[in-house]
Amino acid sequence: MDTQRIHWKSDSLTRIPYSIYNDVEIAEQEKLDIFHGKTWNFLCLEADLQDAGDYRTTHVGETPVVVVKDQDQQIYAFENRCAHRGALIALEKSGKDANFQCVYHAWSYNRQGDLTGVAFAKGVKGQGGMPASFCKEEHGPRKLRVSVFCGLVFGTFSEETPDIEIYLGPEICARIQRVLHKPIQVIGRFTQALPNNWKLYVENVKDSYHASLLHMFFTTFKLNRLSQKGGVIVDPTGGHHVSYSIVENDSADNSYKDQAIRADNDQYLLKDRSLLAGFKEYDDGITLQILSMFPGFVLQQIQNCLAVRQVLPKGVGRTELNWTYFGYADDTPEQRKTRLKQSNLIGPAGFISMEDGAVGGFVQRGIQGAQDHQAVVEMGGDHTGSSEGRATETSVRGFWKAYRSHMKI
Amino acid sequence: MIDLMTLCAFNAAYAMTIDSDALEEWPEYFSEDTHYRITHIENENENLPAGIVYADSRNMLIDRIAALRLANIYERQRYRHILGIPAIVQQNSEATYAHTPFMVARIMATGQTDVFATGFYKDKFVKSDAPASKANSFGIVLKERIAVCDSTVTDTLLALPL
Repeated sequence: MDTQRIHWKSDSLTRIPYSIYNDVEIAEQEKLDIFHGKTWNFLCLEADLQDAGDYRTTHVGETPVVVVKDQDQQIYAFENRCAHRGALIALEKSGKDANFQCVYHAWSYNRQGDLTGVAFAKGVKGQGGMPASFCKEEHGPRKLRVSVFCGLVFGTFSEETPDIEIYLGPEICARIQRVLHKPIQVIGRFTQALPNNWKLYVENVKDSYHASLLHMFFTTFKLNRLSQKGGVIVDPTGGHHVSYSIVENDSADNSYKDQAIRADNDQYLLKDRSLLAGFKEYDDGITLQILSMFPGFVLQQIQNCLAVRQVLPKGVGRTELNWTYFGYADDTPEQRKTRLKQSNLIGPAGFISMEDGAVGGFVQRGIQGAQDHQAVVEMGGDHTGSSEGRATETSVRGFWKAYRSHMKI
Repeated sequence: MIDLMTLCAFNAAYAMTIDSDALEEWPEYFSEDTHYRITHIENENENLPAGIVYADSRNMLIDRIAALRLANIYERQRYRHILGIPAIVQQNSEATYAHTPFMVARIMATGQTDVFATGFYKDKFVKSDAPASKANSFGIVLKERIAVCDSTVTDTLLALPL
């Protein structure tokens, strides 16, 4: 192509052309250079695949994928596309099977995605059948490389993607290990359909600037605790980030009790404060950690509320956000109850995160007709480094640094 | 025993309370120690306990309405609930268990109207000695209401209750 449709006016990461969010050709290029490129994409939790034959279907970008555990206890992933006519091989979200068979013409596959059977390959009563030259080994859905890190299953279509720990870097790895340090148990799954391009949601996750401005729940109910320390970590590629905060004084219960006394200014206070009655489970005192991994994975610890989020594009202007809430396998009933109550903060109806479901749509609608204009991402300067304050857009710029590098634009 | 017509009248008033934006009255339909949850059929079938809304007290419902009024930011919208006839699945002197199908349309300020949710309420009703309130004069309250949605997907966000 001799005409570049998207015009980045400079190498600076502080300006984002609005057309990047609704251009069809860009979305096509993303399929190749991002989702089928040198990236690790979240597929499922290891906890989802307990026994040999357990499988889940998911997507890498918009490409349908099957993830399955085989007899050798290894996890395999392959495109959910029959080598014959391209139909989906597995239709259910999850299940258990000895092998897979396409419903259309009954071509069958083993758990590693190898084509093992072609119906009527030798014809019927000497008539028809496949030519003798047809070689099953040469046909089959594309296979992904799979890596399991801390119980998270990732896949990549590219042979060139660096090993997962190199891809993430030591700082991000340590922050994942911090949360996923023992066996987990899924407690619920929800999908939120977002009326916006996938990148707007990823930027929102990385944007530590908006948190106390858009989300008024904590300030309205005077739940902000004093002396919060925190920071933002951006890895050298820019694509992964962690934002975290620490409550120095962890006598959380006392500070809540103090606040339960009706304030002088007649401010509304929560009637049932057990919503936020958490327990300390990490020695480092970090009470909030949001971690994102390029292109579309989020690991979240908001107090005792733990979840992973998978960001999947559905066309240019829609995104599916798959939430998986979890606890630890050794949770006490009280700890589990705490997680269930705190989950009111997150998800499609979350006191904190419901707004994130809508703001991307506000941008998507706001930028119609503004193809030649650009967003300003300059809070905290123009760098993509780690930062102690959270009034910064450094990790948003980091996303664009990684994005432009993969897309070569 | 709680008769069918009482359940129908209760549900009709419940729906009108939400749809007419009288949200402050919505918690009056619940017992103090109620359990209210919004989930979907797959979580329910797999016994996954989380909800997109999860409350174990009426006060948590009061707080949710306060948050909607004072804190949360979302585009102006209304619901229209269409409720089916309750199917009484079990009944004894203590409680009545019923399943009631719902269909909820969401009407945005732009005029856009969509089927936002379909599903059923999985309810446990008990008699209540509490004096009749403005909304609830039926002598019964919900000890438990689980709104089990048919779809696993929630469009954009869920602000108003089901």
